[in-house]
Amino acid sequence: MAWSLGPIYNAAMLIRKAPDIRYSEVTPKSLYLRRREFIQGATGAAAAAAAALLPSRASGQGGLPKLPNVRKSAYSTTETPNDYDDITSYNNFYEFGSEKDEPQFFARRFVTRPWTVRVEGLVTWQGMYDIDSFIKPHALEERIYRLRCVEGWSMVVPWVGFPLANLIKRLEPLPSARFVEFVTLYDPSQMPGQKVPILQYPYVEGLRMDEAMNPLTILAVGLYGEVLPNQNGAPIRLVVPWKYGFKSIKSIVRIRFRDTQPRTTWAIDAPNEYGFYANVNPNVDHPRWSQATERRLGEFRRRRTEMYNGYGEHVAHLYTGMDLRKNF
Amino acid sequence: MSLLVVLKRVIFAAALLPAAALVYSAFTGGLGANPIDYITDTTGLTALSLLLITLAVTPLRRMTAWNELIRLRRMLGLFAFLYACLHLLTWVVIDWFFDFWAMGADVVERPFITVGMATFLLLLPLAVTSSAAMIRRLGRRWQQLHRLVYVAAITAVVHFWWVVKADFRQPRLFALALSVLLGFRAWWTWRTRASSRS
Repeated sequence: MAWSLGPIYNAAMLIRKAPDIRYSEVTPKSLYLRRREFIQGATGAAAAAAAALLPSRASGQGGLPKLPNVRKSAYSTTETPNDYDDITSYNNFYEFGSEKDEPQFFARRFVTRPWTVRVEGLVTWQGMYDIDSFIKPHALEERIYRLRCVEGWSMVVPWVGFPLANLIKRLEPLPSARFVEFVTLYDPSQMPGQKVPILQYPYVEGLRMDEAMNPLTILAVGLYGEVLPNQNGAPIRLVVPWKYGFKSIKSIVRIRFRDTQPRTTWAIDAPNEYGFYANVNPNVDHPRWSQATERRLGEFRRRRTEMYNGYGEHVAHLYTGMDLRKNF
Repeated sequence: MSLLVVLKRVIFAAALLPAAALVYSAFTGGLGANPIDYITDTTGLTALSLLLITLAVTPLRRMTAWNELIRLRRMLGLFAFLYACLHLLTWVVIDWFFDFWAMGADVVERPFITVGMATFLLLLPLAVTSSAAMIRRLGRRWQQLHRLVYVAAITAVVHFWWVVKADFRQPRLFALALSVLLGFRAWWTWRTRASSRS
């Protein structure tokens, strides 16, 4: 809601924000690059090697380190992505506040390194994985996806990540594994929203194994070619573009392979409003509002919501024979 | 200038602030990534707040015995109605852009919109009959008619409650404030009846 403490936080944050100038504002990019040339020219290969070790922050939208070697993907939409500022200032991430403009402030000091992901359950390679070694074996791709929120708005987001299927194959689940469960970090000292009893924490989400193995399903570690901002679910989050946004769980610390369907956070909170599947479906309304249309951020008129958020050709077969009204 | 006149001017200016802030934000890019939601939320919350402030005038007057306070009530009530109009207009013009078919379906099918629309329809006759001439013309029935504001305040809080997804802290606060305001009236009525009997 617009009227909450939002403006007060904003004002307070402005005060705190002041010394924290964007990297891109410190030195104009052209000058920065020229300076780099100068350094390289003057001190030779040693300096160049040293510079290469530092994260390059010269360009990019948010001034976060750029991710190297990101390939394009045929799964990307050709639609124009939303602005970086919109994507990073309009977040449903209740762990950092239930207003959409709160996470950008309350997640600022969120520590994402070191970070450990625990893999457990019905899987061969159980264990605690350091985030960087967890990601390292995977080639990063840019996936420009539509994101449809259950609340009736949508955006187009240029994620950077890798297919979840590649990770799952590497971890070798047991044949009995039928579902994958994901859990967000629980740390009220860093996540002030977890001190407020709005949802049951830690946040839990899950997918059926075939949904998890679908080539559209990715684990995202970046946005706009850069490291994922904290408010968007750093350091690693799920992105399932044919499902409502709440399925795409953020800041994952646990991946568990199970033989039973996990109980997921919003389905626990309001089982008649949010189901396990949560596939984008204009024909099945939320009990309190219609899902037939959506507002793409940045647009004036509403647009029609598409079945499976327009990804039907890749995912419709997963649900043949299922009653989507019952399995909403 | 009497204290009441000063108070009246201060309240007049203060009640215009949320609208002014919206206009200012609109020109400075302060409406955020979803401006339509922001405008809808701001006008709605301001309308509800002003409605409850209007309902606080009588309890305040009784507690302080400062009877002139009653002269602030109409202005506060009309400001509440103004923001309710802006809230509704945002929905009709910006949100749905006069798609009356879709809006009609929403009014019928979505309880929170049904209740919101009912709130507006309850407030409408109150605003229309707020002039001195109307008060004189309606006489005793004016007071009866204007008791509808209690119903409108309840439906307004319900409307807010039903639109919220999970964080009920704000609607709870409004519900609590309304209970206090209505509770005061119940208690006052009971007390005056009891004392008139004895």
